[in-house]
Amino acid sequence: MALDEVKEIVESGENYDTDKEFKYVGTRPDRPDGLDKVTGRAKYGADHYVANMLHAAVLRAPHAHARIVSIDTSKAEAADGVKAVVIGTDLPEGLTGGDLHLQENTLARDKVYYDGHAVAAVAATSALAAKDAVKLIEVEYELLPHVIDVDAAMAEGAPVIREGEQGPTVPEGMHPNVVNYIEFGHGDLDAGFDAADLVMENTYKTEATHQGYIEPHACVGQLGDDGKGEMWVCTQGQWFIRKMCAAVLGLEASNLRVTPSEIGGGFGGKTTIFSEAISLALSRKAGGRPVKLVMTRSEVLRATGPTASTSMDVKIGMKNDGTMTAGKVVFRMQGGAWPDMAPTGMALNCAFASYDLPAVYHEGYDVLANRPKAAAYRAPGSPMAAFAVESLVDEMTRKLGLDPIEVRIKNGAKEGTKSSYGPTYKKIGLLECLEAAKAHPNLAEKLGPNQGRGVAAGFWFNHGGETSVSMSLGNDGTVTVSAGTPDIGGSRASVALMVAETLGIPYDHVRVNIVETGALGFNEPSHGSRATFATGKAAVEACNQAIGEMCRRAAKRWGIDEDAVEWKDGAVHPAGPNAGEFPPMTIKKIGQTMGRSGGPISGHHETTAGGVGESFGAHVVDVEVDPETGKTTILRYLVVQDAGRAIHPSYVEGQYQGGAAQGIGWALNEEYVYDDMGRLQNPIFLDYRVPVASDLPMIDTVIIEVPNPGHPYGVRGVGETGITPPLPAIANAIADATGRRLRHLPMTPAKVLKAIKNG
Amino acid sequence: MSNKIHVSTKVNGDAVEFLCDPRETLLDVLRDRLNLTGAKEGCGTGDCGACSVTVDGRLICSCLMLGAEAEGKEIGTIEGVAEGGELHPLQRKFIEHAALQCGVCTPGILVAAKNLLEKNPDPTEEQVRYWLAGNLCRCTGYDKIIRAVLDAAEEMRGAA
Ligand code: FES
Ligand code: FES
Repeated sequence: MALDEVKEIVESGENYDTDKEFKYVGTRPDRPDGLDKVTGRAKYGADHYVANMLHAAVLRAPHAHARIVSIDTSKAEAADGVKAVVIGTDLPEGLTGGDLHLQENTLARDKVYYDGHAVAAVAATSALAAKDAVKLIEVEYELLPHVIDVDAAMAEGAPVIREGEQGPTVPEGMHPNVVNYIEFGHGDLDAGFDAADLVMENTYKTEATHQGYIEPHACVGQLGDDGKGEMWVCTQGQWFIRKMCAAVLGLEASNLRVTPSEIGGGFGGKTTIFSEAISLALSRKAGGRPVKLVMTRSEVLRATGPTASTSMDVKIGMKNDGTMTAGKVVFRMQGGAWPDMAPTGMALNCAFASYDLPAVYHEGYDVLANRPKAAAYRAPGSPMAAFAVESLVDEMTRKLGLDPIEVRIKNGAKEGTKSSYGPTYKKIGLLECLEAAKAHPNLAEKLGPNQGRGVAAGFWFNHGGETSVSMSLGNDGTVTVSAGTPDIGGSRASVALMVAETLGIPYDHVRVNIVETGALGFNEPSHGSRATFATGKAAVEACNQAIGEMCRRAAKRWGIDEDAVEWKDGAVHPAGPNAGEFPPMTIKKIGQTMGRSGGPISGHHETTAGGVGESFGAHVVDVEVDPETGKTTILRYLVVQDAGRAIHPSYVEGQYQGGAAQGIGWALNEEYVYDDMGRLQNPIFLDYRVPVASDLPMIDTVIIEVPNPGHPYGVRGVGETGITPPLPAIANAIADATGRRLRHLPMTPAKVLKAIKNG
Repeated sequence: MSNKIHVSTKVNGDAVEFLCDPRETLLDVLRDRLNLTGAKEGCGTGDCGACSVTVDGRLICSCLMLGAEAEGKEIGTIEGVAEGGELHPLQRKFIEHAALQCGVCTPGILVAAKNLLEKNPDPTEEQVRYWLAGNLCRCTGYDKIIRAVLDAAEEMRGAA
């Protein structure tokens, strides 16, 4: 996101009165899709079967970097049951920029850029036939030198991954793998460091991790000779998928209709395409027969979504009383073999976002490496930035003998602070979170030997984005809402609660459907913690439009002025001195009679939602480190985060807990491990080990509510901030327990043990 | 393609027959041949538990068993957890406790948890955590799942 864009989003937006009492908002009803999801009825990406369907399989390169000399598909084409084979050169030429990059990642054309890069695909009458046929494709490669590590990729003599991708801001003389350079800041940095009693700097590294959604990517694509097609797909954003698939295939987006399935997790990784366009390309070649493409887990890990790996320098100045005087970061991030995939800009923006600093300076390098094309992962960039900055703040706090929460309260950003990345904060809740953390009973627990406590703050911008919502009134007085943001963790429930509140009708009189691309205007995906915020806001406005119409119908029926009625508790009431005496006209009555009173009643709202409220949180973790094995056990975990207002508190807590668990995995276990040929060594869940139930304790949560004036019910997005503090909080806790500071994630038993042994 | 195997088995109490390739897993058969898509393939390697079913009362990963091995067995899937249209207490408690977010792990976890409570009606938190350690959930951090299982166990003990 560009800085001025961020600024505009933050500073636009209306002011709502959020200090009301609510009847439905803040309650915990059953989610409307719960029944389908506990009975196995809910249909996810791979659960779709249609008549005459073919099955696809994809051939992937076993090399980190190689030129494709030749591909021979003749044996595969001749195999039993095979109906179509596609390779990169079957896709249209002439694409540029991001579209070209999507296409290159969909199917390699001249070069493969990472282990797992797709080179060919087959559609056959059964999944087994397709898998067998793929093995018959012969590819000749000319191996090229590769590079995996971000620092190595920038160093002199590193293999050049792409020519001519270097952006204009990159300083002269840098390696061609450095494709972008960003710098910004404000205040007098030298004066800031001069004013400090303690200045420290250190370097931190994080490894690539995967979003790890349990549902692999899956779709059924159908594309006819007329260039018109359909797709069923698990995605966070059906309109994004449509646009991207169309671009890769050289079609107009309007030719595709995309229906989102239920989605089995995404965390940012399902906001883009990987193999989806292949199903359409195969379908077209197979005479328009629908083609199902379901990734295996190892395809997911090798070829989709990981986040960037990083190498980060941080320098901070602090006075003896804990006042921070200046901060500087230099981040180097690789997001695979394509430019602009690493969230370098966002990481920089997040680095000091929790602090009120007189002087800050940020520098960032976007670097290419022979790894998969990175995708968004929950608060992209923020967890890494927090690991570096919050680790150093903690180190300095300890050195000065200060309390980590007090130091954060002392320097914490609040309403009116000019943020490190530019905009001035409106109402935000960081200090409230820190105060609540300080008061939590977990902090009164005494720690034993080899145990330690760590604290960290976290931040995410949140996002509004393009949104379009419709609602319509039924004859029975119930309401159906059409939303465009896939429900990835209970957003149907939260939207239904806001609609019920706005209309004054029972929660179970509202049905929220997630609709296909033909049923609404464009919607951005469920990303940026925007679904409950933006879809909710647009749904409220759509209801207000319908309320206006219902009031007009009643006023007309009563023969009184439109201004002489009001909407209250699900009915139109006469209002004001001259309105006259009429019994309230309920929504049910209006629904029953709308055919005669002027036709169907619906409400619609489209917007690029402004008024986004930033999200802050504070985590406190207690760990025990086994001095014999180096294994870290999480004893207690506390998440405190500002939700603005929790529409359905259970799902807000769920976001906090899920974010914390992913952050714990990132901190302790998860990483992409490569051999010296650049091949991924852990592409299954046995070896890419995400936290399991026995790894974790209960995760305590405290919901802070500092309402966001930019949302009718005060909502801030809650999805992302929670993954941010665990990385540094756990590093800080391990430092507290062992006296050793780990600056390279993940903090595996081997690394911790080595730190303990080597001092 | 004449090397298909004929299998007679029982799924959720109903007699079922199918033909399958010797390489097809029980999960493939359930999903692709019997239209029972409640069990999910999260990994195909026995590491995620999304495909959990019971075979003669034993909890297994259906991605690790061949369809042909189902001959003469009794298979239990998520589709059979609610009996006679009435939700199992675990299913109700999962909804009530918001123990699912995306819900893709939920069928496997419910099948696994039901199997636990049949063996051990009064598990400790730790026992639930270890029993479910083979069922990955990436969304919830497990907190609400564990609470839902413990609460369902308590309710079932009360009713028994
Ligand atoms: S699909 Fe069987 S254990 Fe993951
Ligand atoms: S609820 Fe999404 S994986 Fe468990």
